[in-house]
Parts: sequence; C-alpha cells; structure tokens
Amino acid sequence: MVEVRIHKKLGAGTAEFTLNTDLTIAEGSLLTLYGPSGSGKTSLLRGIAGLLPPDKGYIAFQDRTWFDSEKKINLPPQKRNIGYVFQDYALFPNMTVIENLKFAKSKSAPDNIIADLLDVMDLAALENRKPDTLSGGQKQRVALARALVQQPDVLLLDEPLAALDTDMRLSLQDHILDAHNKLGLTTIMVSHDLGEIMKLSDTTAIMKEGRITQLGPPGELFMEKHISGKFQFTGTVLHLIQQDVIYIISVLIGNNIVKVVAHPSEIEGILPGDKVVVASKAFNPVIYKISGNSASE
Amino acid sequence: MNWEPLRLTFELAMTTTMVLLVVSVPLAFWLSKTTSRIKPVIETLVSMPLVLPPTVLGFYFLLAFSPNNAFGSWINEWLGIQLVFSFGGLVVASVIYSLPFMVQPIQAGLTSLPPSLSEAAATMGKSARTQLFRVLLPNIRKSLLTGIVLAFAHTVGEFGVVLMIGGNIPGETRVASIAIYDEVESLNYVAANRYSLILFALTFALLLLVYLLNGGYLKRFWKW
Repeated sequence: MVEVRIHKKLGAGTAEFTLNTDLTIAEGSLLTLYGPSGSGKTSLLRGIAGLLPPDKGYIAFQDRTWFDSEKKINLPPQKRNIGYVFQDYALFPNMTVIENLKFAKSKSAPDNIIADLLDVMDLAALENRKPDTLSGGQKQRVALARALVQQPDVLLLDEPLAALDTDMRLSLQDHILDAHNKLGLTTIMVSHDLGEIMKLSDTTAIMKEGRITQLGPPGELFMEKHISGKFQFTGTVLHLIQQDVIYIISVLIGNNIVKVVAHPSEIEGILPGDKVVVASKAFNPVIYKISGNSASE
Repeated sequence: MNWEPLRLTFELAMTTTMVLLVVSVPLAFWLSKTTSRIKPVIETLVSMPLVLPPTVLGFYFLLAFSPNNAFGSWINEWLGIQLVFSFGGLVVASVIYSLPFMVQPIQAGLTSLPPSLSEAAATMGKSARTQLFRVLLPNIRKSLLTGIVLAFAHTVGEFGVVLMIGGNIPGETRVASIAIYDEVESLNYVAANRYSLILFALTFALLLLVYLLNGGYLKRFWKW
C-alpha cells in the first residue's frame, strides 16, 4: 500500500496553486493520473519519488515511512526503491543501452536480469548503441527496461508514451502491463490518453489545480451513462456535418477515422476536439474475416 | 637561445591547470545545483579576475603573501613556503587569476544538462559523487576541454600578476612573458621576437583547437 498525503505550494505569481492530495494506492494496483497540464500530476509523481519534497505531509510505502513532516523524516530518492521513467527518458548519453541498464542494477539484483529484460523488451540487437542513435520508441523501451532493472517496489511513469505514434504506443502499453503484472509492481502513471487509461489502469485519479477531484475505476469516471454496450472505443471528435435530419460525426479512434451517424439530440454539446466513447449494442455487430486459417482442409 | 623562461611558463601553466581542475569541478558542481543566497556573491568573486586589472590582484597578493603580514608569515612558518617571489606563489596567484576560465565553462556545461539525468541516477540509489563522475562529467567533455585549454592559455598569457608578486628571478619566476619584457628593455629584439613568436603560435593553436572541437569540425574524424 502506498499512502500519499502531501501539501506543497507550486508555481509562482498568478499561476500559484497548492498541491494537496490524500491518496491511498493498493499494492499491485496500476493507477493513472489524468488532468489538464499544470494540474500537478508530475509534481505529485516527483513528490512520491523524493525529487520534490512537500511542504508538509506524509508518504509511506507498506510499513516504511518515506516522508513525514511532523517527525522530520525525508528519505532521499536513493533510499525509496522506486523506478522512475521520465518524460524525456533521461537516458545517459555517455553510456550504451546495456551500460545504462548495468548502471541502474543494484548489487543484490540477479545477474541475468539485464539479459532477460533486453530480451523481453526486444532490445538485444541494440545493446551496444548509444541513446542518441535510437528512435523514440526504442528510447522509451530502454527507459522502461532500465527502471525495471532496479526491481522497484513502486514504478512511476511520467507520460512515457506521449511522444510515440499509435502503433508504438499500443505495443509499449502491452510491455508496461506485462511488467506490471509479472513483477507485482505498484505503478503510478501520468497519461492524457483515455484509451490508454482504460486499457492499462484499474484506478484513475482525475486532478485539477493540485487536487484529486475524482477517484475510481476509469470506466466509471469517463462514462457518465453506463452503457451496456459490448464494443466501446474512446476517440476524439474531428468534425460534425449535418446531412438532412441527421449528423455525421467523424471520430479519430487510434489511427482510424470512424464515421458515426447521430441524431440531433445526441450531438448536443459535442464539439470537435471532445473525447467521446463510441459504443455499439450487441445486436448488430458486423464481422469480417481479415486473416487466419482456411476453413476447408 | 635560453629555453628556461619557456619551460617555466609551461610548468606554471600545467601546474595551474591541474590545480584548477581539482578546485573547479566541485565548485562548478555546487554553483550549478545550489539555490543558496550567497551564490551570486560567489559567482561575482569567481568572475572578478576577468575585469580586474592584473596589477590590482598582484598588489593584494603581494600584501597578503608578504612574510611581514599575518597570512604570509603563517604560511611561511607552518608550511615552510614563501609565496612572494617564488614559483609556489605564482601557482597560487595563477589559480585565482585563471579561475573563471575553468569554472565558467564547466558550470555552463553542467547547467545545460537536463536535471532528469542526475534525478534518474538518484532514483537508482547513486550518490551525488557518483552522479557527478559517472553521469554528468562524461557528458560535458567539451566543456571540460574548453576549460582546460582556456585556463592553460590564460596562464601562459599572464604578465601583470607575475610581475607584481613573482618579479624577474631567472629559473624561478622569469616566465616567457616577463622574459620578453626584459629583452625589450635591454633592446635585444631578436630574443624578444623568438619568445613572442613561440607564444603567438602556441596560443593560436590552443584556441583554434577549442573552436574546432566546439564547432564540431573535428567530429567527422574524431568521435566525441
């Protein structure tokens, strides 16, 4: 269990606000932090990591106190056993991929952990490359592998997939989910992507101006109406066109553009740029075979 | 031709550069990290030799190092070193005189690195010392080289400070720049020209090296 109750003044001048959270994260849980930029998501992550000491509060992992302003306890990041994947990946440019991983490995970790992770993350062919020569997706995989080499108790991910294209995103989401489940980590991840949040996390905290305004399973938080649909995808509205008495809405789901027919009453309040859920009831699914085995033998 | 002044110049520049490297790396690291209120004061003191006339610096060194003063006599008694009119005194004065040329490039290099590098190392359990030597310094090799070359070249070009506290003792404090002055005074232009030409060529070569490295011209031939 991770307990985070912190209070910290952030920003300056008119942009000043207070990070004020009271959050308990179950062990083994994957929590996503969602909210507009400047709402304190990264600061919360940094607070947990020990990179940004709170003004006052209490942070504990299991029975170990990481921070307690009353008892004047403040464990440095070195002693918290966390893995942190930074938004800019923070790979050490002077070291090759494998050297980055070796640097992160603690003496107590098993020797084969590096070879295993290089293998699982599909990095074995790149092990002697310097970070400057890698693509964004490759860097991201190295950063994730490097954080896992540490065998952390808590894994903190600061929008690790933001800069990647959709295909790369999907494959890395699988990597993250895999590692999280296999290693029994407690993971906290900042994300702006609703699809990603739905796919990965069991709990989501929505943040606004330094506070957690909503906390719960992402499915409940992001769908006001509970739809008993069998298929549902989240996407972004690209544009709305009126055709006679109906509207045609183009929605970007992943990297596909989907056109949805809607009644005027359904489109009320929907504007281009909005996040929407496209769901289908079970009675009219259409199935096309796109590949697979031949039926006749 | 008497090679003694040139040998002395290089000896002084080498010693000064090595001492400066040891002093400047921790100082620049501290300056790049600290949020202390005295930071601007320290930065100003480090930069003072850039604008202060060397004679001012030399004058105060002369007063401080003099065996008639508390500091000078203390050094003399406890360490058995006399800093006025000696090679040791030249080294101490040169270290302070060339300090900004070493500290500023290193500090700028460290500040230009993303903070996430040392933060990532911290989450891996690495101490500040390990962060500095394994992660930060290897990534600012160009800045280190700039500092080393500039500090060396600046010490070679020293004149005022040396004249004030070193004087003109052959084999002890008569460096090349002093020797040139001395030869001109005795109208020995040929000897003065030899020393001058060597210094001219040397400083040109050193500075050219800095610009080539930092401009990336050598990257095609030599991977940094």
